Amino acid sequence: MDKRDIIKKRLGAKIISWEETPTHKIYFGVKKEDILETARLLFRELGLRFSTASATDTPSGFEIIYHFVPDGEGQVYSVRLMLEDKKQAQVDSLTPMFPGAEWIEREIWEMLGINFKNHPNLKRLLLAEDWPEGDYPLRKG
Amino acid sequence: MSHKIIVPIGPYHPLQEEPEFFQLFVEGERVEDIDIIIGYNHRGIEKLSESKHFDQVAFLVERICGICSSSHPYAYVLAVEDILGGEAKIVPERAIYIRTIVDELQRIHSHLLWLGLAGHFIGYNTVWMWAWKYREPVLDCFEMITGNRNNYGMIKIGGVRRDIKDEDIPVLKKTLDELSPALDMFKGAIMDDPVIKMRLKGVGVLSRQQIIDWCVVGPTARASGVNMDVRRDAGYGVYDRINWSVIIEKDGDVFAKTIVRILEMYESVGIIRQCLDKMPKGDIDADIKDIPPGEGIGRVEAPRGECFHYIKSDGTNRPIRHKIRAPSYMNVASNKVSVIGSTISDATITLAAVDPCYCCTERLAVINRADNKKVMNGWDLIKLSQEKTLKLKEGLENGRPGAG
Repeated sequence: MDKRDIIKKRLGAKIISWEETPTHKIYFGVKKEDILETARLLFRELGLRFSTASATDTPSGFEIIYHFVPDGEGQVYSVRLMLEDKKQAQVDSLTPMFPGAEWIEREIWEMLGINFKNHPNLKRLLLAEDWPEGDYPLRKG
Repeated sequence: MSHKIIVPIGPYHPLQEEPEFFQLFVEGERVEDIDIIIGYNHRGIEKLSESKHFDQVAFLVERICGICSSSHPYAYVLAVEDILGGEAKIVPERAIYIRTIVDELQRIHSHLLWLGLAGHFIGYNTVWMWAWKYREPVLDCFEMITGNRNNYGMIKIGGVRRDIKDEDIPVLKKTLDELSPALDMFKGAIMDDPVIKMRLKGVGVLSRQQIIDWCVVGPTARASGVNMDVRRDAGYGVYDRINWSVIIEKDGDVFAKTIVRILEMYESVGIIRQCLDKMPKGDIDADIKDIPPGEGIGRVEAPRGECFHYIKSDGTNRPIRHKIRAPSYMNVASNKVSVIGSTISDATITLAAVDPCYCCTERLAVINRADNKKVMNGWDLIKLSQEKTLKLKEGLENGRPGAG
């Protein structure tokens, strides 16, 4: 069975949006509560590589897009989730599942102020030590 | 922690770009733990990109790295072209060939650069000098076809900026012809040298599972038997129209990483030769004016692995979000597993083996934790590594392999 069919079947109603581009990019949305289950399916069961995550400050909240890549197949599966409450933006950390997510989550945390629950080592990665607390460079406005 | 000695590596050295800071926690000769601190060179390029128009961003991202300075703009324009329907749909065929040629020339010069430094770290200064000698003509080719030895300014949205002239093609072919025997020499010298084998085999091993868990990419992953190459998968360039193969080794040690890079240079030479023969005549630029709203992803196999760019456009002339993830970002983190358990004399070559854009291994110092006194500096540690090679050589000559 095709990977996208497995994802659709296993996650079912947890998928809140689905779009595919002619260039083999697949974007689908889930709620933030479902990110661990989604990541486990994509990374552990389907064997996709976690490439990176792009977080953006949008007018309706923080958007995080997790990019997963099936090496050898050419698509990119991008899992989209929205954190509406900017004051208490928080989502489960993927780092306990696989250490490759550690730096990526630390960077999003320091750049946008999104908290990653259960992250084992949530400290600054790129910003200087004397950068002011609570000042997030990639937030807009 | 109760470790007696901490070995800080970094963060700055006037001769090296890209500061990173490794702290090795050492017990006797054994490395027990490592702390990696980066960010000394953070220039806020993702944020800066939001204030440039789409054409300027290509120049901006070119300056992320001087060694792979065509990979970043290539991945960036692929992300923008992804919004427009993909490289294959909008970019003229000749421009895609030229992009591929530039990207592969870059891989050759980058791998030769790494080979030279790796040789230097283990005390093979001849390898260093020969590798850099053969890298020079490749840089001359860049100067000839792009006008620059580095930061080529070739790749733009919708095409390339300069054409490869007909009279340049014989020069390029001659350079490739002269490079092939040099590659044979390196391959022979490294595969047949018992001391190099002793120094590199079984050192800095990353298992297949560790590669997967740490999301490692590029030659570092391929040396551990992971079948991954964005050139084959991501559908960019002309890689689907020519003959080449993905180089995979199984052992995951520094030796395997060296072999992967050497064999990849042969593939790159072959790819460029085929491109020069097959390249059609025609336009080199699609003259793209506006970028519609949307989002796009661009992936390129840089010399160190997958380079990832994500672009979000709202229809204005500037991106509203530009996410960049360079391959070393994933690979450097994996030092956490590869270097632990090794000896200090193997640490330099292990840290250098992921080719972290010229790694900071020259910025080393051993500090005794009790009185904070420096006991070794960076040069001492490289000397330690070189002396180990020397001892192995002497041991071989005296008929005692492995002595020392």
